[in-house]
Amino acid sequence: MAEKVLTARFEKPESHRLATYRADGGYQALRKALAMKPDEVIELVKTSGLRGRGGAGFPAGMKWSFVPKESEKPKYLCVNGDEGEPGTFKDRYIMSLDPHAILEGALICCYAIQAHTAYIYVRGEFKEPIKKLEDAIDEARNAGIIGKNVLGTGFACDIWVHYGAGSYICGEETALIESNEGRRGMPRLKPPFPAVVGLFGGPTVINNIETLAYLPHIFNRGPEWFAALGPEKNGGTKLYGVSGHVKKPGLYELPMGTPLREIIYDHCGGIRGDRELKAVVPGGSSTPVLMPGEIDVNMDYDSLMKIGSMMGSGAIIVMDETTCMVHVAARLANFYAHESCGQCTPCREGSKWIAKILYRIENGGGREGDVELLLDLCDRIQGNTVCPAGDACAMPVRAYVQKFRGEFEAHIKHGTCTVGNFPNPWKKD
Amino acid sequence: MSDKPEHTAEHAGTITPKPETVRAVEELIKRYPLKEAALIPALHKVQDEVGWMPVEAMNWVADKLELPRVRVYGVTSYYTMFRRKPAGRNRIEICTNLSCSLMGAEHLRDYLCEKLGIKPGETTKDGLVTLTEVECLGSCGTAPVMLVNDEFHENLDPEKVDAILEKLKAGSNG
Repeated sequence: MAEKVLTARFEKPESHRLATYRADGGYQALRKALAMKPDEVIELVKTSGLRGRGGAGFPAGMKWSFVPKESEKPKYLCVNGDEGEPGTFKDRYIMSLDPHAILEGALICCYAIQAHTAYIYVRGEFKEPIKKLEDAIDEARNAGIIGKNVLGTGFACDIWVHYGAGSYICGEETALIESNEGRRGMPRLKPPFPAVVGLFGGPTVINNIETLAYLPHIFNRGPEWFAALGPEKNGGTKLYGVSGHVKKPGLYELPMGTPLREIIYDHCGGIRGDRELKAVVPGGSSTPVLMPGEIDVNMDYDSLMKIGSMMGSGAIIVMDETTCMVHVAARLANFYAHESCGQCTPCREGSKWIAKILYRIENGGGREGDVELLLDLCDRIQGNTVCPAGDACAMPVRAYVQKFRGEFEAHIKHGTCTVGNFPNPWKKD
Repeated sequence: MSDKPEHTAEHAGTITPKPETVRAVEELIKRYPLKEAALIPALHKVQDEVGWMPVEAMNWVADKLELPRVRVYGVTSYYTMFRRKPAGRNRIEICTNLSCSLMGAEHLRDYLCEKLGIKPGETTKDGLVTLTEVECLGSCGTAPVMLVNDEFHENLDPEKVDAILEKLKAGSNG
């Protein structure tokens, strides 16, 4: 079995408490980082090859280095725990089971960029993870780890939980900032990038929960150790969340670059009922779907990019032969239509039209030319919006239509599903 | 029911929250360099007390944060967790997004609708349950999933749903 890094403490009793975290060497990495110069901290993170685990895979150390040294306005760290991409359920577990790892990572980042305040933005539905984080913050504050004098070094840093209220788009970094400032989650135009003008107008780094939780391990065991856990330029392990039609769905921590086939058939036990695999979403609902012939791909940022998909959040959604792809595309398009913030016409109107046409096809009202119309709509949305939410709708819809075109056409021709259309799992014969 | 708040003179007033809610909101304000940044968490605190977001509750938050009331109406209506009408004594929110759908969530939703005699978005006549169909709850590895009064219930099937409904019924009688 591969080495566990982030999930190593998950099984321990009271893993979320400061006392148990400290007994496992907790906050030693922070002490090490605080003894270094901020620039050296950034260089060390660059060496580790740590890439942002939220979806884009941007190198974390490089992101930090974009923050200007001198700034009239205070600098900030926003920790992204919005976890809204359908299929994704990893950060929730880190928040509940190892919240101090997040706090230690956040403090290291704050020191590196010389920020004195961090907000952890958590989706509002995560009541229990929010409670765990807030309790951990209280513990750390009472122990002198968070506050005016972090570990007695004179470095001041405060951390607060800020919670959302049900909006997928707030996982986008500038929408998150808007929401953190008390507004509707409408993404901002870039540039300026948040590293220069972010939260409350100050230079801001936004990092995913999982990204930050790796930092204590990187400082304790060295950047070279971390880089060697994965392939070149894709350092570390990765939390893969597997859902859908596998025998053992769940959260799997594996080396970055583990082949998708190995994850599905070895770790997750294969397809339920030993049915045929039909399709796999590799990195959350916005990433283009893969066919069974494509699952020998290694699950890392660069390998998935090469075959025209994306690693995203590492959320793997597995679909067996009973799955109606028209329904899948319709359900996802409906989600993107619902979550569009509404400021860009191509996303606001286009996603609604896509959903409408897909439901029309699903419900037997499909028309000749609908397939072409869907592809045309995708072309008109993609690349034409302020934030990537438009692409997040257009890219997967295009992949479903192109890769399963015959199924969409049959649906239109026959006015009904020809593949089984989600049998009721609890129906008694 | 209209999705818009009632902007009439009779809704110009404000609620009077409990002292602990006021204190909680004042604590929240201290976390930010600008008062208005506390808006979303503050709305949560008030909704936790009131049960939903009547115009008078939004007005109180607006006054407390020194914001134009229309700013607060805009934010409240943008975020799906803020309820624009009163809910039943219990809230069931079932996810039917992709991972849950693959595990039968739509069949489970139909089962709930049949048992409760309502459609998603409605409240049972006796006020026991408000049923809502929601987007991904971030618990896809244990699908199908629903929230019952903000608490996660995972790996659901009709038997588990029956047990949850029985519990809610018993609670309302006791």
